[in-house]
Amino acid sequence: MSFEVEVRRTLGDRMIEACFAAPSGLTVLRGVSGAGKTSVLNMVAGLLTPDQGRIIVNGQTLFDGAAGTNLPPHRRRLGYVFQDARLFPHMRVRGNLLYGYRLAPVDDRWMTLDEVVAFLGIAPLLDRWPRSLSGGEAQRVALGRALLSGARALLMDEPLASIDPARRSGIIEAILRIRNELSLPMLYVTHDPAEAEQLATQLVTIGG
Amino acid sequence: MLLSDADWEIVRLSLKVSLAGVIVILPFAFMLAWLLARGRFPGKLLLDAAIHLPLVLPPVVIGWLLLLALGPAGPVGALLDRWFGVSVMFRWTGAAIAAAIMALPLMVRAMRLSIEAVDRRVEDAARTLGAGPGWCFLTILLPLSLPGIVTGFILGFARSIGEFGATITFVSNIPGETQTLSLAIYSALQVPGSDAAVWRLALVSVALSLGALVASEALSQRQRAGRSGHVL
Repeated sequence: MSFEVEVRRTLGDRMIEACFAAPSGLTVLRGVSGAGKTSVLNMVAGLLTPDQGRIIVNGQTLFDGAAGTNLPPHRRRLGYVFQDARLFPHMRVRGNLLYGYRLAPVDDRWMTLDEVVAFLGIAPLLDRWPRSLSGGEAQRVALGRALLSGARALLMDEPLASIDPARRSGIIEAILRIRNELSLPMLYVTHDPAEAEQLATQLVTIGG
Repeated sequence: MLLSDADWEIVRLSLKVSLAGVIVILPFAFMLAWLLARGRFPGKLLLDAAIHLPLVLPPVVIGWLLLLALGPAGPVGALLDRWFGVSVMFRWTGAAIAAAIMALPLMVRAMRLSIEAVDRRVEDAARTLGAGPGWCFLTILLPLSLPGIVTGFILGFARSIGEFGATITFVSNIPGETQTLSLAIYSALQVPGSDAAVWRLALVSVALSLGALVASEALSQRQRAGRSGHVL
C-alpha cells in the first residue's frame, strides 16, 4: 500500500475522521465540503497533528499516536500542491523550482531541473517572478517544485480550483502523466465528480 | 550655510550614537517583534505593554530607570564593571543605550506588522519541501519581512537622533562625549548670542529627520505596491 491512513482529529466542534488504504496510482478523496478533506491532507503532510491514529506512506510510519512517532513535515518527503500555488514571492520561478531540490539529499533526487522543465513545458517561465504568472502557469511551477523536492508521493488539494476552466486541460494532462509515466502515488482532494472520474484510480469518501 | 568644525563634531557624534544604538538593538527588536507576532505565551500583553513604555513614559523617567539599572550601584552596571571593567556612565555608549531604548517601540511595531503580513501558508509550503524551522526562517520569513526591518531601522534612527530627555538624565550633557544634536541645541539656547549655532543645528536635525521619514514612507509605499502584485 502506498498510503495507510487512519486518523482522528477534533477541530473546534468538528470531528474529522478518515480511515483508508490506497495502492499506488491516484486516489481521490471526496466528500461534502466541510468534511475535512484538506485537514486529512494536512495531517498526512505533517502540517496538522492528529489527535490519534497512524499514517504510513510507502511502508514508513510518519505518525503513530500510540507509539509517539511524529515526523516533522520537512522529513516526510511528500510533495504538496496547494489550491493556491503558494509560490515564494521573493524568488523567480527557477528559485522556486530549485528550493526543495537543493534541500533534498542527492540520493532522494529522482528528477533534474531540465527534466522537470521539459516535462511540464515551463522553460519560458524560468526567469519570471511568481506575481507575473497566470493561475495555470503558477500551478505548473508548483507541481514542478514538488517533483524536484525528491518527493516519494504527491498530495494535491484541489489544484484546479483557482484555474480558469478553459485552461485546466493542460494541468490535467500533466497530472495524468505524473500518474502514468512517473508512477508517483498521489492523494488528490476534489469535490468535482467529473474531475474525480477523469483522474482517479481509486475513490475514498471522507466523512459521512 | 556652513557648519563649523564644532558643529560637524556634534553631527558626527549624533550619527555615531544613533547608528550604534539602533544597529545593536536591531536583532533584539526583531526577536521581540517575532515573539509578539507569532508567539503564544502567558504575559504576552504585558510584554507588549512594557516594550511600548518608552513611547508613553516621560523620557526623563526612562533616563532615571537606566541610571538605576546601569549606574555603578545598579544591578547591570555592577556586573558590567565586575566582568568587563567598563562603565557606560557619562560615555557615548550610554547615550547609545538611551537612544536604542527610546527607539525600540517604533522598531518593534514596524517589524511586527511586517512579520504578521507574511503568509504562514507560504512557510508551510517551504516545510513540505524539506525546509526545517531554521532554514524556513532564514529563507522565507526573514526576506519577506525585510521591508519592515528596513522601515523599523529608519524610524528607530529618526527617533534616536532626536533623543533628549533620557540621554541628558542618564549620561548628562558632555561636549564631545554625550552632547548629541538635541543636547547641543539646548546648550546653545542657554548662551546669549548663539542664535546662529541654534539655527544651523536645528536645520541639520530637520534635514536628518525629514530624510529618514521620506525614506520610510517611500519604502512602505513600495511594499504596498509589491504586496498587491502577488495575490496568488
